[in-house]
Amino acid sequence: MNFSSLLIIVLIVLAGAYFLGRNRARAISHQGMRMHSLPNQYGTLMALWTGVPALILLVAWQLLETPIINHLLIAKLPAAMQAAEPAIIELTISKVYNLAASAGINADPSLTPAVEHLIALNERTLLLNSGMALSLCLICLVVTYKRISPNLRARVEMEKIVNALLLASSGVAVLTTIGILASVLLEAWMFFQIVNPLDFLFGTSWSPQVALRADQAGSSGSFGAVPLFAGTVLISLIAMIIAVPIGLMSAIYLSEYASSNVRKYAKPALEVLAGIPTVVYGFFAALTVAPLIRTLGADLGLDVSSESALAAGLVMGIMIIPFVSSLSDDVINAVPQSLRDGSFGLGATKNETIRQVVIPAALPGIVGAIMLAVSRAIGETMIVAMAAGLAANLTANPLDSVTTVTVQIVTLLVGDQEFDSPKTLAAFALGLVLFLTTLILNFVALKIVQKYREQYD
Amino acid sequence: MNDTNSMKLIENHKTTGEPFSKDVKISARNVDVFYGEKQAIYDASLDIGKNEVIALIGPSGCGKSTFLRTLNRMNDTIDICRVKGDILLDNENIYGAHVDTVPLRARVGMVFQKPNPFPKSIYDNVAYGPRIHGLAQSRVELDEIVEKSLKRAGLWNEVKDRLHAPGTGLSGGQQQRLCIARTIAVDPEVILMDEPCSALDPIATAKIEELIDELREKYTIAIVTHSMQQAARVSQRTAYFHLGQLVEVNPTEKVFTKPEHKLTEAYITGRFG
Ligand SMILES: Nc1ncnc2c1ncn2[C@@H]1O[C@H](COP(=O)(O)OP(=O)(O)OP(=O)(O)O)[C@@H](O)[C@H]1O
Ligand SMILES: [Mg+2]
Repeated sequence: MNFSSLLIIVLIVLAGAYFLGRNRARAISHQGMRMHSLPNQYGTLMALWTGVPALILLVAWQLLETPIINHLLIAKLPAAMQAAEPAIIELTISKVYNLAASAGINADPSLTPAVEHLIALNERTLLLNSGMALSLCLICLVVTYKRISPNLRARVEMEKIVNALLLASSGVAVLTTIGILASVLLEAWMFFQIVNPLDFLFGTSWSPQVALRADQAGSSGSFGAVPLFAGTVLISLIAMIIAVPIGLMSAIYLSEYASSNVRKYAKPALEVLAGIPTVVYGFFAALTVAPLIRTLGADLGLDVSSESALAAGLVMGIMIIPFVSSLSDDVINAVPQSLRDGSFGLGATKNETIRQVVIPAALPGIVGAIMLAVSRAIGETMIVAMAAGLAANLTANPLDSVTTVTVQIVTLLVGDQEFDSPKTLAAFALGLVLFLTTLILNFVALKIVQKYREQYD
Repeated sequence: MNDTNSMKLIENHKTTGEPFSKDVKISARNVDVFYGEKQAIYDASLDIGKNEVIALIGPSGCGKSTFLRTLNRMNDTIDICRVKGDILLDNENIYGAHVDTVPLRARVGMVFQKPNPFPKSIYDNVAYGPRIHGLAQSRVELDEIVEKSLKRAGLWNEVKDRLHAPGTGLSGGQQQRLCIARTIAVDPEVILMDEPCSALDPIATAKIEELIDELREKYTIAIVTHSMQQAARVSQRTAYFHLGQLVEVNPTEKVFTKPEHKLTEAYITGRFG
């Protein structure tokens, strides 16, 4: 029996449970008893009680299956192997899995008992777990069916189960976040065992090459991340200098001045900017904007490197414009018309009304929009990788090439790596910093936006 | 009485009663208002006298707000709205070619149905108008204007200790008085009020009605209201609108005791749903 037929059978059983429960409740009430809840609520309760325990069983099974099978397999290995180091055993077990999959061809006779055992187990487990799930379904069904009586508070019980299901779903999202955070934290922790956190956070030299052989010269690796932070801040700053004024002004134009016809076309057109893949922005920056800036700089007698923070920042700014303008447009539109009327009614001009009433009223929302845009800028990778370069220069000169946290994470992890070398682990430490920064920014932004909502809803 | 019946009664209607007065502040002549294709006011002519409170009443959707908003050109802010006819303020047509709405609205202020304080402090709310019109030469003068306006609006004692707290933090009735203070602060000649008490409880309403009575000494006031008691309490004349027609204008007492027009009578005796 395979998984999809199991699923279909379970669904059929659930539907059956629903109708059984409903009809039973109807039958009881036809005998003149007053039921606590409506018949379909009894039906739903039946279906829930039938389905949920089996579902939990299947999930638990999936989680526990591999460790249990591994345990059983180890017992079938030759005694000498069982005594080996855990890492070796792990290797052997994966070999067993491979052999079982490529049925028949067995290079290592000592593993045969384990392989055969695994094949037998595989055949049995699916049958076993679907059998268990189905019998659990049926047991629960019978038990719940017996419980149906005028006194069973089906509606209340149903609400509780649904409540728990919803809680479990949101738990999945939260747990995933926690899981990611935990793994990043763990790897970062390992990194900080090798590299002093203070050197990492405040060191000014970044060159993550690590010697491959002990006698190799000149590359002990240095992990001072300040140039990366500085590069990130520099590029984000340039981007915001472009995006905030342009985005805000276009939002004001769109929401306050544009006729509905103009808005109909201009707003989607602006939002198209947000839909362009960042790679496209990246080569636009690298192949069009960067050379342009270089030529312009050369004409002015400036020394511009061919990959500059300015080029990346400018293009990133353009990319972010729709974030600022679209969100700001929304909050400006949400400012009640009555405030504008009040201001016009006092003889204020449109300009005065916008500057002194509309913008202050929308300000918290606008600040929130800008913070979201900032966290977007900090997290952006592609444009910078293509247009700003990889050189970890510590500079405030936008005409130099710089690099950012995200770009370095990519370069650290591209290619074959050892998982415990500081070079690889450094990526997790950088990721942690990035994660915390954007988390704080988003948190603050959301708080601000929320506060704004409370005011006008 | 249903709509078809009442439609017959106002076909080719000429306003009954006394729409004109001697001591005129605003006079509207043959005003038509359109929202796009739809006509909302039909040929309304009405005088509003100096230092008088005129109440505009009528069933929902009959065009009271629309008419009121023509008096300071607030309808200009609605794209699809067109106004035909003349409205004279001190004998000057406010729809004339060279009229600027900014000084006009400083002269003809407006208070709205829902209190709409700006998201600023109480002080700044009241100081907003004087600031944009440059009415105060110094901070001291501005302070005086703010205090005087808040006193006029009967709010001073309640807020004098927290002038710099946000205006949105006041109660509904206080907010509405703040909006009245804000309007008074630019020293208008006419104040238009569109259902100023509909969001307030009876006590706050009573306060505002009292205030309207006091304000009459200095200002001309046009007030839209759904409460006949309110119209009776605060106004000297009452204008009854129906389906965009100005049906009847008469001294308030007369409208509520011996209405001339059948529709007016039907309305004040509660025969419209
Ligand atoms: N902005 C607008 N766009 C289109 N039509 C409008 C607009 N404002 C009002 N109208 C229409 O004009 C007519 C008169 O509306 P108005 O708001 O003046 O009525 P009112 O007498 O103030 O009603 P209420 O007592 O409910 O406030 C109504 O039919 C309304 O649908
Ligand atoms: Mg109205």
